[in-house]
Amino acid sequence: MSERDEMIAPADEVELSGVVATLGDDAEAISVAPNWKLVWWRFRRHKLALIGGVVIIFVAIVAMFPGFFSTQDPNETVATDSFIPVQKLRFWHNGRFQIHVFDVEGKRNPETLRMEWFIDETTIIPLQLFSHGYAYQQFGQFETDRHLLGVTDPESEASFHLLGTDRLGRDQWSRLMYGTQVSLSIGLVAVLISTVLGILLGGISGYFGGWIDMVIQRMIEILQSLPPIPIWLALTAAMPRTWSVEQTYFAITIILSLIAWTTLGREVRGRFLALREEDFVVAAKLSGCSQMRIIFRHMVPTFYSHIIAATTLAIPVMIINETFLSFLGLGLRPPAISWGVLLQEAQNLQSIALAPWLLLPGLAVIITVLALNILGDGLRDAADPYSH
Amino acid sequence: MLLYVIKRLLLLPLLVIIFSMFAFFIIQAPPGDFVTSYIAELAASGSSIDQAQIDGLRSLYGLDQPIYVQYLKWMGRIITGDLGVSLDWQRPIAELIGERLLLTVLLGIFTFLFTWALAIPIGILSATKQYSFIDYFFTVVNYFGVSTPTFMTALVLMWLAFSKFGISITGLFSAEYVDAPWTYDRVVDMLKHMWLPMVILGLDGTARLARVMRANLLDELKKPYMEMARAKGMSEWRLVMKYPVRLALNPLVSTIGWYLPLIFSGSVIVATVLNLPTIGPMLLRSLTNQDMFLAGSIILIYGFLAIIGTLISDILLVWLDPRIRMEES
Amino acid sequence: MNNLTKPLLTVRNLKTYFKLDEGMVKAVDGVDFDVFPGQVVGIVGESGCGKSVTIKSALRIVEKPGEIVDGEILYHPQKNADANDGPVDLVTLKAHGKKMRDIRGNEIALIPQEPMAAFSPVHTIGNQLIEAVRLHQKVNKKQAFDIAVQALHEVGMPNPERRMGAYSWELSGGLRQRAMIAMALTCNPSLLIADEPTTAIDVTTQAQVLNLLRSLQERHNMSIIFITHDLGVIAQVADFVVVMYLGRVMETGTVDDIFHNPQHPYTKALLESIPTVHSPSKELLPTIEGSIPHPFNRPAGCPFYPRCADFMAGVCDKRTPSLQKINDKQSVSCFLHHDKAEEDEAA
Repeated sequence: MSERDEMIAPADEVELSGVVATLGDDAEAISVAPNWKLVWWRFRRHKLALIGGVVIIFVAIVAMFPGFFSTQDPNETVATDSFIPVQKLRFWHNGRFQIHVFDVEGKRNPETLRMEWFIDETTIIPLQLFSHGYAYQQFGQFETDRHLLGVTDPESEASFHLLGTDRLGRDQWSRLMYGTQVSLSIGLVAVLISTVLGILLGGISGYFGGWIDMVIQRMIEILQSLPPIPIWLALTAAMPRTWSVEQTYFAITIILSLIAWTTLGREVRGRFLALREEDFVVAAKLSGCSQMRIIFRHMVPTFYSHIIAATTLAIPVMIINETFLSFLGLGLRPPAISWGVLLQEAQNLQSIALAPWLLLPGLAVIITVLALNILGDGLRDAADPYSH
Repeated sequence: MLLYVIKRLLLLPLLVIIFSMFAFFIIQAPPGDFVTSYIAELAASGSSIDQAQIDGLRSLYGLDQPIYVQYLKWMGRIITGDLGVSLDWQRPIAELIGERLLLTVLLGIFTFLFTWALAIPIGILSATKQYSFIDYFFTVVNYFGVSTPTFMTALVLMWLAFSKFGISITGLFSAEYVDAPWTYDRVVDMLKHMWLPMVILGLDGTARLARVMRANLLDELKKPYMEMARAKGMSEWRLVMKYPVRLALNPLVSTIGWYLPLIFSGSVIVATVLNLPTIGPMLLRSLTNQDMFLAGSIILIYGFLAIIGTLISDILLVWLDPRIRMEES
Repeated sequence: MNNLTKPLLTVRNLKTYFKLDEGMVKAVDGVDFDVFPGQVVGIVGESGCGKSVTIKSALRIVEKPGEIVDGEILYHPQKNADANDGPVDLVTLKAHGKKMRDIRGNEIALIPQEPMAAFSPVHTIGNQLIEAVRLHQKVNKKQAFDIAVQALHEVGMPNPERRMGAYSWELSGGLRQRAMIAMALTCNPSLLIADEPTTAIDVTTQAQVLNLLRSLQERHNMSIIFITHDLGVIAQVADFVVVMYLGRVMETGTVDDIFHNPQHPYTKALLESIPTVHSPSKELLPTIEGSIPHPFNRPAGCPFYPRCADFMAGVCDKRTPSLQKINDKQSVSCFLHHDKAEEDEAA
């Protein structure tokens, strides 16, 4: 180290020496850093991908604690409260800090006999953080009634709807929170299943080659040349209507991953094929490593960052596909709540014209999918050792 | 080249068989057989059918025979062009699907052309001007294109058109042409309606293809042949168009294989939202109403369209890339 | 050699820097040399010494973020109407402009390092040769085809007509490099730049390609700049040698001077590290101490001092020696040999 320091003491370039010195250290550190650290260093430089990651962490927290973030029981229907518009969250009232929303007032239109809602800017509903509300179970274990946001006085009859209500007077905000849990976890579970299938079948195909490879390749080719959407539609339509919410949930994840694994399978196979010829794999073979050890200790670590990136990019596709299916009424069905189920309420022009806020859950889909795509791209670039 | 195409063609019957089996499985999925449902349907609509006719139908579909016989009988009828009768509509399926199929294919082809016409220039522009404003702009637009479900675009546009301009943008024909016979005016009317579903359907694909094109082109722009072509004294624009763009097209052509089927089948959702007279909404309706022969037939048609897409992409790829031609022969 | 005639190409104080996020890489940092008509100049140096960037600068095909920041590259056009107008400073021309493109490929041609990658895999050899012809000569397709076939014939390509329809990946390494040379020859350039043309091919073919280049040079009376890290190759083909280290010229001289009377410690060290038939077997070859510094860690003063056997503290690490003539043909940039000249300058 001292030699190096001597070497890089430019007499006439003092202002540069700082930069050069740190780079010198970096060069040293880079050569001994494990792969995941290198990936992280490269990833850190993608500012946009970092933002995407933060957004996803937020969405994931919501998905873990939907009860805490919701303001009302998502399945509670109040027939008289249908199509209440969005009540915007406000923070200042009469010059002092007070979280609140304006109350709404309903008048029945004498011609259409439909309830029409008006924001009443004179009365406010005061809100507070960490208030008590309806009771819910967290992780199916702990019962609590704490919520992030609620009316200050839980005894009052007042209710508020941050994203308005739907046809049946259900609170859309709370439904969105629960929908986040379902949609995100379906995406995750379906991707996990297809990742396992992809690595397993792709790995077998690429590592062993020969006729096994032939069979798996033809299988992938056939699966990939089938049009996915009609198949998904048909399969979900073939699910018995008597199935419980849990059963349909798992059936859908399996149906979605049946086709999705092929992409990852191809990629893994390609990597295995290339790696098989690499010197370090040959060396491992010659020194008597078992096949399992070669695969999992020597080969898989070289591309696991690619798998993570590919997986991240597959989640948004799954989320969109689940949304498609539920939107068309063939995926999850009420009382289950997912983003697609929520958007089903906005399926025709009459509903949207009457209550445009029914489209808002779509924004949640777009933001989440966007964040996942950007995050996945950042990860993929960072995982590529040859990228700059 | 010929050998390669023949090899691919040999895969087609296999695909057709697998797909038809899948379609048959779908037809068989709901409880109860077709004839029972048919009788129930007729009874519900007030008409009846005598025992001789029932027996005739049963033997026609082979309902008293093992499942593979039923499948073979069904396939046999399909090959002769008899797709069966729709329970729901009480009409022969071929007759029901005819025009809808034509419109589906037309919409698919228009969308495909639109996507390519837009994606390639965008990809070239963003790659040759990497890190410029235009590159960042298209990157952002592409991200939104990829991340917005097509039905959301359709819903939002529908709502905007309705709330701002008071017009309804659903359907493929104006009211007076919906059931009219094909005339020049009807074609013009259809084209006037076609562009919106085409744009909505194509946005996602355009974004994807433009990203593929950009990435491919960026790879190609780094290749040594670029330097060589420059050293020859070629002008920058001409050399970009002749070498890297040409080479970046190959991977793009291979996307036709999955993209064309995706357009056809992806239109199910947009067509449902926009209420288009294509086979998509009909598939949805038949599945919800358990009109299984119709659903099975439509799925089979989607399968054929997908296979044709794969074939087109294969043949184009072989034609474009001499390396594949060599490898395969 | 022809020291009395005017040089075809004169490079003076050429500086090409790459602006990276991490800092500035001074790939070429003050390079001087001349190429005279009919001369073969070998530029030799380890990888990363800036020899490729030097010739890319001369062709004006340095890619971003690289940029020529200083110096001049004077070229005497031989073909254009303004051939008698004296030299053109290539640095002042627009890199992709018409004037520079008329020189690139037409007056100065390149033979690249990897012929495999330098041909487009989806266009035939013929297509790419004909294109090279038609870029600079006003001929129709048929004539261009004939010129291309003639060029292939001249480089010893068997069956030239048939090869016109072949793709680069259908040829062997040696034939591919011949096709590259043919492409460079189609416009009869005055200066041929060969960027390590034999690194990617095996030794026996190497010799054939070198002989071919030498004979073509004599037949067409071209000048050649030959870039390599292989001193053996230099000894075979070059008339004049430029030794580079870390973006600077260490020593220039005729091939005899450089090999038999090297003056710079770096040149001496390089020559000592090649095995000869006379060196005793099973004995370790001398190597140069240390390693090439990272491009960001360029030492101040003489770039070679940290590894130099004759390092003079307080001199070599303080100032950068310039290239000074020590006799008619040989120049050295080392304080050992011309500190007197330096002092004169200072005084």
